[in-house]
Amino acid sequence: MSAAAHLSSEAAGAGQRPPSSGAAPVVELIGISKAFPGVVANDDISFDVRRGEVHCLLGENGAGKSTLMGILSGIQRPDAGQIRVDGEAVDIGSPRDALELGIGTVYQHSTLIPALSVLDNLMLGDTHKLRLDNEGARKRLEEIGSTLGVEVDPSARAADLALGRQQQVEIVKALWRGSRLLILDEPTSMLTPQAVEELYKVLSRLKENGLAVIFITHKLHEAAFLGDRISVLRRGQLIGTLDESAVKSATPDQLEQRIVDMMFGDLAPSLAGAAELKADLGEAEQLEAVQAEPAPVSADEALTLERVSVRGEGSEPGLDDVSLTLRMGEVLGVAGVDGNGQRALAEAISGQRKLQRGEVKFLGAPVGHVGVTGRQKLGLRYLTDDRLGEGLVPGLPVSMNIFLKLIGEAPFWRQGRIRKSAIDARSKELVERFDVRTPSIDTRAGTLSGGNIQKVLLARELSFDSKVVVFHKPTYGLDLKTTQTVRQMIRDMRDGKAALVISTDLDELLEVSDRIAVLSRGRIVGEVKPGPGAAEEVGRLMIGDVSLGAAEGAAA
Amino acid sequence: MSAVPAREAMPMVDEPMRPQRSRTATRALDLLMRSLVPVVLALVAGGILLLILGRDPLQFYSDIWHGGVQQGSWQDSAVRMAPLLLIAVGLIFVFRANIWNLGYDGQFLLAAAVLSGWGPSLVTHVPLWLAMTILFLVAAAVGAAWTLVPAGLKAIYETNEIITTLMMSFIGVGVANILVKGPFQDPSVNIPQTKVLPINKMLPTIPSTRIHVGVLVAVAAALVAYYVLTRTAFGLRIQVLGANPRAARHVGVQVRKLIVSSFLVSGALIGAAAAADILGLWGYSRANWNPAYGDTVIPFVFLARLNPLAVIPFIAFYAVLSTGGDLAAQNANLPTDFLLVLVALILLFMTLIEFVGRRRELGQSYLPEGLREVFRKPLIRRRPMGTEETA
Amino acid sequence: MSSIFHQTVLTALISGGIVAGVPLMLTAIGETISERAGVLNLGLEGMMLVGAYVGFIGAYYGHSSWLGFALGAIGGMLACSFMIVLCVWLGLDQIVVGIAITLAGEGITSVLQQAQFGTSYPRLGAMGEVHIPLLHRIPVVGPAVFEQHLLVYLGVVLVFVLVWVFRHTNVGLNLRAAGEKPEALDAAGVSVTGTRSYAVLCTGALAGIGGAYLSIIGAGVFTPFMTQGQGYMAIVICMLARGRPAWVLVASFLFGICLSITTALQLAGINISTDLVNMLPFIAIMVALVLFGRRSYLPPALAIPYVRGAR
Repeated sequence: MSAAAHLSSEAAGAGQRPPSSGAAPVVELIGISKAFPGVVANDDISFDVRRGEVHCLLGENGAGKSTLMGILSGIQRPDAGQIRVDGEAVDIGSPRDALELGIGTVYQHSTLIPALSVLDNLMLGDTHKLRLDNEGARKRLEEIGSTLGVEVDPSARAADLALGRQQQVEIVKALWRGSRLLILDEPTSMLTPQAVEELYKVLSRLKENGLAVIFITHKLHEAAFLGDRISVLRRGQLIGTLDESAVKSATPDQLEQRIVDMMFGDLAPSLAGAAELKADLGEAEQLEAVQAEPAPVSADEALTLERVSVRGEGSEPGLDDVSLTLRMGEVLGVAGVDGNGQRALAEAISGQRKLQRGEVKFLGAPVGHVGVTGRQKLGLRYLTDDRLGEGLVPGLPVSMNIFLKLIGEAPFWRQGRIRKSAIDARSKELVERFDVRTPSIDTRAGTLSGGNIQKVLLARELSFDSKVVVFHKPTYGLDLKTTQTVRQMIRDMRDGKAALVISTDLDELLEVSDRIAVLSRGRIVGEVKPGPGAAEEVGRLMIGDVSLGAAEGAAA
Repeated sequence: MSAVPAREAMPMVDEPMRPQRSRTATRALDLLMRSLVPVVLALVAGGILLLILGRDPLQFYSDIWHGGVQQGSWQDSAVRMAPLLLIAVGLIFVFRANIWNLGYDGQFLLAAAVLSGWGPSLVTHVPLWLAMTILFLVAAAVGAAWTLVPAGLKAIYETNEIITTLMMSFIGVGVANILVKGPFQDPSVNIPQTKVLPINKMLPTIPSTRIHVGVLVAVAAALVAYYVLTRTAFGLRIQVLGANPRAARHVGVQVRKLIVSSFLVSGALIGAAAAADILGLWGYSRANWNPAYGDTVIPFVFLARLNPLAVIPFIAFYAVLSTGGDLAAQNANLPTDFLLVLVALILLFMTLIEFVGRRRELGQSYLPEGLREVFRKPLIRRRPMGTEETA
Repeated sequence: MSSIFHQTVLTALISGGIVAGVPLMLTAIGETISERAGVLNLGLEGMMLVGAYVGFIGAYYGHSSWLGFALGAIGGMLACSFMIVLCVWLGLDQIVVGIAITLAGEGITSVLQQAQFGTSYPRLGAMGEVHIPLLHRIPVVGPAVFEQHLLVYLGVVLVFVLVWVFRHTNVGLNLRAAGEKPEALDAAGVSVTGTRSYAVLCTGALAGIGGAYLSIIGAGVFTPFMTQGQGYMAIVICMLARGRPAWVLVASFLFGICLSITTALQLAGINISTDLVNMLPFIAIMVALVLFGRRSYLPPALAIPYVRGAR
């Protein structure tokens, strides 16, 4: 992590600026509360951010970070509380209000319009004049670009830019109208390690220019590394803020320990198994212990990809000459930055995407021409990452969702006619076994919580003679407890079955896999055994040979 | 709005869990209210409109009752139900799959033209029951065939079926007219129309009524459709495709095949509607004849929530409305097109009630839906149909 | 060949194409605006009819085609205000509401026409033709192209104005963003609801004027259901032109020629089935779609209601 040293030295250099503790906050939130039906998303949160600092907002998924940012950027309205900008109470009723107050936001999901050019995207919303001011916009782009140290081709189509580059455009867009506060919502989730480093550099330049930055993340080390101040959010409540002196005085380890204490320290009784969760966060250290577990890998090939190529979809690459072997009793991880062919890989195996070249073998037999249903019947399953988008039919009951992949199959259907009693009996059993918390099996699946939806899908994929399962981002967005359960299920696959785990969460892969293959731009670029130094090795492979030179340049 | 399955934003948040039993009861009541209230409101609004036009609404509605139900005119209403119900069931099949077959006019008229051109000669050569069966099948085949191109285009290229079915409809209407004015024209009359089927060579009626067998066929079709859509694998696949096309692909539904087959079923039923109408009621086709049944059926299909059983009373209601409407409009010196206004009002009120109901379900009557959806933001990445992944 | 296409026939052909094509063009241009903004407007047929009726009333009693067009525009906007409130503001299904507007438009104009005039259909005289100096003397083309109602030329100008708006103005950019990715527009501080509302309002106005042209200039009379599916044709034209106004212009003119070609051919002594000729453009398009099916493009957010915060 040479860039870390690079950045921390800069942070030290930034220490020359007037101590920010005395500076008045740019934006201040006082007693913000926001409830949704059934859930309190933000409960009496007070929080501020000052000029020239990065204030990290840390919390699990669902802790209320995005809601809080939604309130600041005008997407949501608080039920109670006050927002002050430069000490004055303001009412932010729409994104426009936020922009006019100098609050620029980089949302977690891209807000660039793929079909439009960079310049058009940047000019969007400049409604003062009728005519588009191309020249002025070009100048402004150059100006902001040089401040940030980024260079973007103004006439390139947004869709043609790499994700890191797109995010830079988003930042430029957020600063376009002279923002004083920049909010970044989980900005690193889609980036390569190299692009993350570039982002860090951009942020430090922003700090130098006196901007206030709110950096939202669920990654502890990011917060510890970047934040001048760190606030921890849990279940809608602000647990506490580590101020500048606290952050500076602590060593990285101490700091992380303190944050962990804040996140899980007071053992909220409602949070069952909090101790276990805490252990989860410290699991990096326990990696060795997990690895020590002997993996009874057999010689039987469970799943083999032989020089497989498939087409990409949209901006997402396909697969290019990918070969992989998964043996029975093994868990093979596939690491990679999002959008490097993960979906193509999963769909090529599941049969959802046609192979252009190559062959997929299941238990030694070629299945390249077998359809989705056929592979499913053989015992080859795919747990999709897009649970609500393609995994579930939200309007159908839980029981039907468990049986979605078996439509028309005996004994649950007979000559095309449904046998409700058989389905219900089996559903009840599975709901119990997988601990799906649902009022009944007839409840519409869409009304369940994210964790329970994932359990419904797991019940579907892991039952009915399942042999080999492709897990695609199996714990993405789940609470820690369900995450643990799911990871245990994956580990249990070693017992006579096999699993391919595609994930962008490297820690997860290190924890559950026997081997980790690295996917980059639709190719398998290497394989790593979990163990000391594995993370760095995977990271190096993720950047890929193409941009290696650039990464070195950045580190220099 | 839940009447149109896949376009509705599915509620999928952690709802506070309520006791199951009371929910089922309130839900049933809710459904009933949501179906009946729009009709009542539309009748009231239509009444106000009549007042504005200087007509007596009470007189108008009682004329409808008189002309549509009383003194045996309910039989006429029943006869009118036949094509309407068959079209409704045909539309339900595709709408459930979230496919918009808006080419019903072309499918209907073309089937009508073919069978009324061929029917008169057929009935003289083969026994009546056989001729009727053949004609029904021919009409169904013509209707189904006319959906093939849009179905294929949608299945293969994902071409928007709204425009393709509309265009095929224009073409179908044109071809039907050409057929009626050309090869099928009755040379013995001056107006462009086909030969008329003799009364005794039409669909038999139920003894001592004017209700022909086609009506029974239509009701039977609705019953069968209900069974197929709710109890069979085919019906469930259609439902999955309609609710979530990507899920359909994921779980191994052969989407292309299903698109084509649901289109074909829909076209066949609409063709059969033409057979029921021509063979049971009119006995011939005229050039430039277009009853545009489909337009008026659509609102009731939605009101019935795409349920083939529930659609029967709604179609019956409309049949009474349109049968009695003839008399009522005549008495009020208005064109029968006034009924279109009523139907449109029902449709508009239905969407509004749907909106209100959805808000109430959420326990928040004024806030936009998006607020609750923020919660699932970390969980899902919903993409608009047909877009690429951009993030 | 040469005997068929003698001057009068050609003149009648082109002139007929323009007369029949202009309402299509105006309406399709309107639809283009709202589709670009992400609103699929299936209520065009109804809006045209309302425009045709109200416009006719205006021209009939006000003795001015311009009053007719103005009223037609207002009528169209009134009809589409349902769409704005129900679909754009409340986020209800655009297809369902569109169908409702079409039905209501068909019904109400028929009812009003009979309430007003009984079963008689009063006619308007010819009005408002402009002879463009010099140009109208060009043989064949001159009388066909340069002796039309001023609205025709304004319509053509409008097309090019629209091309400019889409390409070079903030308004155009906002419209495209509303159809491509409304959340981006919202995040940029522009109201999606507002943008879409104005777009639909324009659609209503243009469809209303298109309908008014149909009754005031095209037919000189209002008859119930006189649009005969032209609203749907406009949708087809708009989708085929893929949101580009210049293509709308070309396609509308071609459709117009097909709609009016029978008259011209009758002048030439050729009797050909109107039905066949009217079908021709659709057949041509279907063939094109089958051959080039892959290339159809619609705005990604078309027909999807926008709700802030929903993703």
